[in-house]
Amino acid sequence: MNATVSFMLNGKPVTVSSPSDRKLVWVLRDELGLTGTKVGCEAGLCGACTVLVDFEAVPSCSTTLGEVAGKAVLTIEGLAVDGLLNPVQKAFQEQHAFQCGYCTSGMILTAWAFLKKKPKASRAEIVEAMEGNICRCGAHVRILEAVETAGKTMGGVR
Amino acid sequence: MKRRTFLQATAAGAFTFFFSSPGRTAPVEPTRPGAYPEDFNAFLKISADGRVGCFVGKAELGQGAMTVLAMLVAEELELDPAQVEMLLGDTDLCPWDLPTGGSLTMWQTAPVLRGAAAEVRAVLLGMASKALKVPVADLAMKDGAIWVKAAPERRTSFGELVKGRKMERHLGKVKPKPLSECTLIGRRVPRKDALAKITGAAKYAGDLCLPGTLHACVLRPPAHGQVLVTADTAAAERVPGVRIVREGTFLAVLHAQPDTARKALALVKGTFEGTEPDVDDVRIFQYLVDKAAPGQRVVISRGDLAAGEKRAATVVEGEYRNAYESHATLEPHTCVAKWEEGRMTLWASTQAPFLLREEVATALKLGQDKVRIITQFVGGGFGGKLAGPGSVEAARIARQIPGVPIQVSWNREEDLFLDAYRPAAVVKIRSGLDAGHGAITFWDSIVAGVSQGEAEFLYDIQANRYQAPAVPNLHPLKVGAWRAPNAHTNAFARESQLDALAAKAGVDPVTLRHRLANDPRLLRLLDLAVETFGWDPAPGPTGRGIGLACGAWRQGLVVALAQVVVDKTTGKVKVERFLEAVDVGLVVNPDGARQQVEGAITMCIGQALSEEIRFKGGRILDKNFDTYVLPRFSAIPRIQVVFADTNTATTQGIGEPPVVPVAAALANAVFDATGARVTHVPFTPERVLEALKLVSTKPQDSVAPVPSSISPKVSPSKP
Ligand code: FES
Ligand code: FES
Repeated sequence: MNATVSFMLNGKPVTVSSPSDRKLVWVLRDELGLTGTKVGCEAGLCGACTVLVDFEAVPSCSTTLGEVAGKAVLTIEGLAVDGLLNPVQKAFQEQHAFQCGYCTSGMILTAWAFLKKKPKASRAEIVEAMEGNICRCGAHVRILEAVETAGKTMGGVR
Repeated sequence: MKRRTFLQATAAGAFTFFFSSPGRTAPVEPTRPGAYPEDFNAFLKISADGRVGCFVGKAELGQGAMTVLAMLVAEELELDPAQVEMLLGDTDLCPWDLPTGGSLTMWQTAPVLRGAAAEVRAVLLGMASKALKVPVADLAMKDGAIWVKAAPERRTSFGELVKGRKMERHLGKVKPKPLSECTLIGRRVPRKDALAKITGAAKYAGDLCLPGTLHACVLRPPAHGQVLVTADTAAAERVPGVRIVREGTFLAVLHAQPDTARKALALVKGTFEGTEPDVDDVRIFQYLVDKAAPGQRVVISRGDLAAGEKRAATVVEGEYRNAYESHATLEPHTCVAKWEEGRMTLWASTQAPFLLREEVATALKLGQDKVRIITQFVGGGFGGKLAGPGSVEAARIARQIPGVPIQVSWNREEDLFLDAYRPAAVVKIRSGLDAGHGAITFWDSIVAGVSQGEAEFLYDIQANRYQAPAVPNLHPLKVGAWRAPNAHTNAFARESQLDALAAKAGVDPVTLRHRLANDPRLLRLLDLAVETFGWDPAPGPTGRGIGLACGAWRQGLVVALAQVVVDKTTGKVKVERFLEAVDVGLVVNPDGARQQVEGAITMCIGQALSEEIRFKGGRILDKNFDTYVLPRFSAIPRIQVVFADTNTATTQGIGEPPVVPVAAALANAVFDATGARVTHVPFTPERVLEALKLVSTKPQDSVAPVPSSISPKVSPSKP
């Protein structure tokens, strides 16, 4: 049974007609063609599908369309504004904080949501915030450094 | 002369452009499998507006192939690597190449590509010399322009010279620039795939969204060894939009929506038949030893073992094991296949475009010219995407539904179930050290599960024997190449054994290796590692938790040092620090190489501590990342990487060597911390606790590997 669900997607209103229990990841990828959100486990275990819902990082594989009705969803495609990279993206780019890149969207969004709340985070706090995101290529060291750098440029100089 | 034009890549998105001949799908250059083309035009093309395109039959798996190959071309043609437009892994457009794996790219492809670029440079300079009427020596080249040094206004460009045509002049073998004149090699350059990957624009095989795509989910048997007999698809077929494709024991449920296809598949009731192997993840080691026994043969043998044993003052017998391990790439196997006008096109997540072309052609009984592989960005490979069973599935279905793109995206459970694992293995070694700790008097090794690959090392050993099995289908589960195949199993055994010998003889592990090493590169690398780490070696166990191990992959050499803390009540190993000193010859892209080493260390922390495929018969018990445990951020130590200074111009791969000694260094660190020797990879907390129990019940000087369960009839000491 299709429901008509409206929400904000990357700053613009969208209305989707789909079953309200359809997983957000499929709405984004399959219905709206936003394939920057990746699929790694479909069980909330890897973080590859992370998006922000009202600025909270959530696994979109474990979030339903109905749950985002009226909320603001941000995907990796919406992070750079007018071609201007977000500080986390910039740090990931400059420090090569990725290899295959399959975990990268989720990593960047998880880090961004966290740093918005806590730019002055310690290394241990960053580790804790990123713990739900898996990187198989082993880019962890660089990811942590990039998140630290981004935090600093966001004004959280420690 | 055919005219070629640049086109924007629409579907692939991975590349800024590609050249396309007007004849649609006809290959631009016919490629002969098995050999690199001699004509540089196969690798490099210059468009009418002077852009340089580089075509290589490799894949960007995250290892930075795209960037390092562009560097090589840019170096010769005096460009910025950003100006070299890369097209990788399209079997219609790129010359034949070996798979992307085994560290082959830098070892095999790089010299060929450098040579091609050097020849193009010489050809362009020759053409410019004719056009500008000055000798080549008076010309300068930069950013696609060539001018007379003394009169810069007299100039031309790549585009003007080549006019979008194929370059007809050939000069044969041209030497690349000498290293002293290189300005890019050895520098850090920005990765070419960075922007696409941080903005979500990078297209992986599952991201194409080709119009009309049907997503296919394949019905799997619950266990390996079983096949589909009957299937009741009535309930699935009631789902609007569902199509069923059945071919013998193969059944797939198709739908325009991936999640609906998956849900409909769950409605199919299948019955399965067949015999599962009678073994599980505990009994597998004895299974391998028994099954390998009749086929064991001596593959290396030197000197008199019995005499060597008589000379030995310290003898250690050890048995080392490792479990099956999955590649677990974060992107599962994915492919889109389309059958159109008698040709199959596959947009695939593959490490081996040309092997996949062959695999698909064979499976569908098509000529190789009827199959085209277009490689997308690949979300990790590690050897797991050398074969493409998921792509073959997509092609089989596509063959039945002409004109419709068929997408097969395995989910995690399928990926863990169908992976070709790193083989489980047992290595048993009996070896001895002379009274002066200066020589290994004998080394008797027998392995089951893998080959003896990289078992030998640059150590002087007076008498040795290596046995390995020649038994087909030894494994009950599918196995395959996993980053540095065989080598990490054998290095784990060898370096653990050496550490045990050193400890038993009361000599420190560095001194022992210094005495045994017969290679100056290894000696220098050992010193580099120890100095950088800042370590004062002493006979173990010292309680400091520092472990050393060496390893090799082809010409690449690595010395690893690990520091761990072991929680003796829980058995948990926490890695605090990890250093690798690496000698892989000329490092073209130091930052990329460093990334590969960091990645290998991180990945192998998982290999050493937590990753293990559990199974019962043909059933794979690990279905997702809740029980199949990959290293997460909290498991990552401080990582240091140092490269040896070498004066060689030879490039080697970096994907495999740093993998080789990781588990051994960690096991030796656990020993140094606790006096307990862990011999079973992964050394999970339970296995560490078991090993700790053995220490507390035995005097310190007889610390030895867990008791052997290899049956006496294949014991190397009693053949
Ligand atoms: S795909 Fe959603 S957490 Fe892994
Ligand atoms: S970069 Fe490959 S999974 Fe993180």
